Formats: sequence, C-alpha cells, structure tokens
Amino acid sequence: MNWEVISSYLPLYWKAMLLTLRIGWLGILFAILIGFLVAIVRFYKVPVVSRIAGVYIEFFRNTPLLVQLFFLYFALPKIGIPMNAEFTGALGLALLGGAYMAETFRSGLESVAKIQTESAMSLGLNKSQTVLHIIFPQAFSVSVPAFVANVIFLLKETSVFSAISLMDLMFRAKDLIGLYYKTTECLVLLVFFYALILIPVSVLGDRLERRVRHAEFGD
Amino acid sequence: MSKKEEIVRVDHITKRYEENAILEDFSLSVYEGEVVVIVGPSGCGKSTILRIMNGLEPVQKGEVTYRGEKVDGKLGSITRIREKVGMVFQSYELFPHKTILQNVMLAPVLVQKRDKKEVKEEALQLLSRVGLSEKKDNYPRQLSGGQKQRVAIVRALCMHPEVLLFDEVTAALDPEMVREVLEVILSLAKEGKTMVIVTHEMAFAEAIADRVIFLDAGHIEEEGTAEEFFRHPKSERAKQFLNSFTYDKVVHE
Repeated sequence: MNWEVISSYLPLYWKAMLLTLRIGWLGILFAILIGFLVAIVRFYKVPVVSRIAGVYIEFFRNTPLLVQLFFLYFALPKIGIPMNAEFTGALGLALLGGAYMAETFRSGLESVAKIQTESAMSLGLNKSQTVLHIIFPQAFSVSVPAFVANVIFLLKETSVFSAISLMDLMFRAKDLIGLYYKTTECLVLLVFFYALILIPVSVLGDRLERRVRHAEFGD
Repeated sequence: MSKKEEIVRVDHITKRYEENAILEDFSLSVYEGEVVVIVGPSGCGKSTILRIMNGLEPVQKGEVTYRGEKVDGKLGSITRIREKVGMVFQSYELFPHKTILQNVMLAPVLVQKRDKKEVKEEALQLLSRVGLSEKKDNYPRQLSGGQKQRVAIVRALCMHPEVLLFDEVTAALDPEMVREVLEVILSLAKEGKTMVIVTHEMAFAEAIADRVIFLDAGHIEEEGTAEEFFRHPKSERAKQFLNSFTYDKVVHE
C-alpha cells in the first residue's frame, strides 16, 4: 500500500463524496416526501389514486435502480424530455426510495389499532387532531427501524450513479484504477469513504430509533 | 326520577351489522345523576349501545340525542358532544406514546383550549385521587392494567363530562385489580355523577345501579331497580342469566 498515492487521491475522493452526498440527500428527501404521500393515499384507499400508487410501488420495487436510471437518462431524452445527470440521479433515487418509504410508512399506519382513533375521538378530538397527535406519532415509532434501514439502503444504491457518468465515489475509484492501476489503494479509499458516510448515518439512525421508540417500546 | 332532566335519549334505534340485527327498536333515557347499569349475555349488544351514545357507530333507524342535540359521528357537532359524554374502554386505550400526565392533559388543552397550568393542576389532583400521582411521568407500558384503567377514568374526568360511559372496564383485568378500578367508579357515583355502565361484575352492578337494564338479543328483557332485578327477577331469561353466576356445590359420591 502506497500512502503517498492515497494522500494524493484524497481530495478527488472527497469531492466525489460530496457529490454522492448531495444527490443522495436530495433523493432521500424527496423519497420521504413521495413515500409519505403515497402511504397516505394507500392507507386511506383514495379511489383510483390508490391503484396508481400501487402500480408505482410494484414497478419501482421490482426493477433495479440501474435500469431505472438508464431509462430516465437515455430513454426520456429520446421522447423530448431533456435530462441532466445529477437531476436524473436524484430523481431515480427519489422514485425508488419513495416506493420503499411508502410501504414502510403504510405498515406503520396500519399497525395503529382502530380503537386508538376511537379513544381519541371519544375525548372530542376531531379527525385531523387525531391523525396528527395520535396516529402519526405511533405509526412513525413503528416505522422508524425500517425507515433507517431504507435511508442506509438508498445511500448505498447511489453507487450505481457512475453508470450515467456522475462522478460519484464509485466513478472516481473506477476511473483512477483505469488510469493508474493502483487498485488496492483505490478500493481501500472507496471502502473508507462509503463507511465515512454510512457509519454516522447508522449511528444517528440508532439514536433516532431509541428516542422515538422509548415511549412505546422501552429501551 | 321524572323531575330530573333527561340528558341522553336513545330513541327507537335499530343497529345491524350486515344482516345481523344487534339492536332492534331499542330505547333508553338517561337522567341527570342516575347510574344505569346494563347487563346481559355476551353479544347481546350492550357495548354497542355505549358506542352509539358516543357517536362511534352509525345506526340504521332511530336517533340518539344529547340534551336534545342529535348525536351523529358524521356531524361537526359530535366533537362538542363527546367533550360532554366521556367514554372508558375495556382495553384502556391510553395513548402509548404519551406519558400519563400527557394522556390526561391532551384533550383538555387541545380540544377545550384550557389553560395548560390549570389543566395540569387538575390532572395531578385527579391522579392523586386515584393514587397514581407518582406515575405521572411514566408511560402506559410501565403501568399495570388496573392502573391504566384508573388513568383512563381520570383522563375522561378531566374533560368535565356530564355523562360517563363505562364499557366493561374491568373485563380485561386480573381479579385482584378489579376492585381498585371499581372503587373509583363507586366514589364517582357517590358524588352524583351520571353514568352508564356495562359490566359483568354482578355484585358491583347491584351496589352501584339506580336502574338495571337486562339486555338479551338486542332488546330490553327486563328493567328495574338493583333490588328488583337482582333479588326478584321476573323473567325466566333473567333468572337463568343470574343463575349462571352461581355454582352448585359438588357432592362427591
């Protein structure tokens, strides 16, 4: 292992990591929003929209992100919708993640017993107060472990971005290996930087989990 | 009794689940300060009556009124009525994500927009009345069934309801916890609270009831004072029902 090589690559990896983070966090943010809306639509069985949401979930959960990205990036421009690479990456991640988040949130919502709603309403709470103060918090504390797992999964999925020529960590590693054949150094750096992103997320996720679930489930 | 004001009126209601009639042309009036106890075999529609009084169940025929106002879960007025008609469930239904104090304070602050400090004071006072003030910062999962049920009663009381509906509130409890809950309800009766109680605890029913309603297959089979019903039941069905709570001594041969 050549430490000089490693230190000279560091700035390149750092830049690549920032790109991974930028697209990753944008994608995940929108995945949460999409997932939340889709879960609500599915949970309340909104006519027609709920069916469409079901098709969306099945479609995006059952095709690889790589294929989805290829489709968004190469096929859409052919029918006149121009796509830039960063936007495509974030969109792909948001659509994939939205499908996973939707199912996670929905299962949380479904886990709240109907009689909890009745109990809240018998105290004079109206529908929106019941949803906001009683159903959502309980649903979230059930969903949170799967939610954290989704976030980690989505961050790891960003490693296919290089396929649409985004200069993320994976792209950087492959590129440098191709240029200089310092395979070991490049791969060690790759592992290190992914861990640098994911370990803190994992730790934060753990904390969130403990905090949110303490009331209902203890430690 | 006729001088007292009628608070809740259940007027010729029919309730069906799909084809099955749960209640058939059922009527009941609850007067101020009265304790009405509804007893009867499982599945006779007792709990359904309470749920209908709280606007939690739609009915096919007839109507329920609270002080002349229609009780209907679909109307906007229902939340105002529910503030006045408190309900305690068999399975407690405390909010598991909130502490005991938060459980009690939620609705008075959120729904009635009362002053937080004043509500907190009252909540603590009520909790100490049922012997649970030291549990105020605990979560429901840390309490026993009997404790949870006492909190549920306090939570309903903190809304200053005019009527309290108790739906088999001791049915899920271990025998030794039944008493601590029933004592609370007895003390409320002594204060003159208006209550409708569905229960399987016959000794308790006899002690607390001003009026007993014996329900069988969706209609009132017999109605009377506690003394009349428990000591001198008239109908065969009622006698049979009351007998089901006693056992003959086994004689070994």
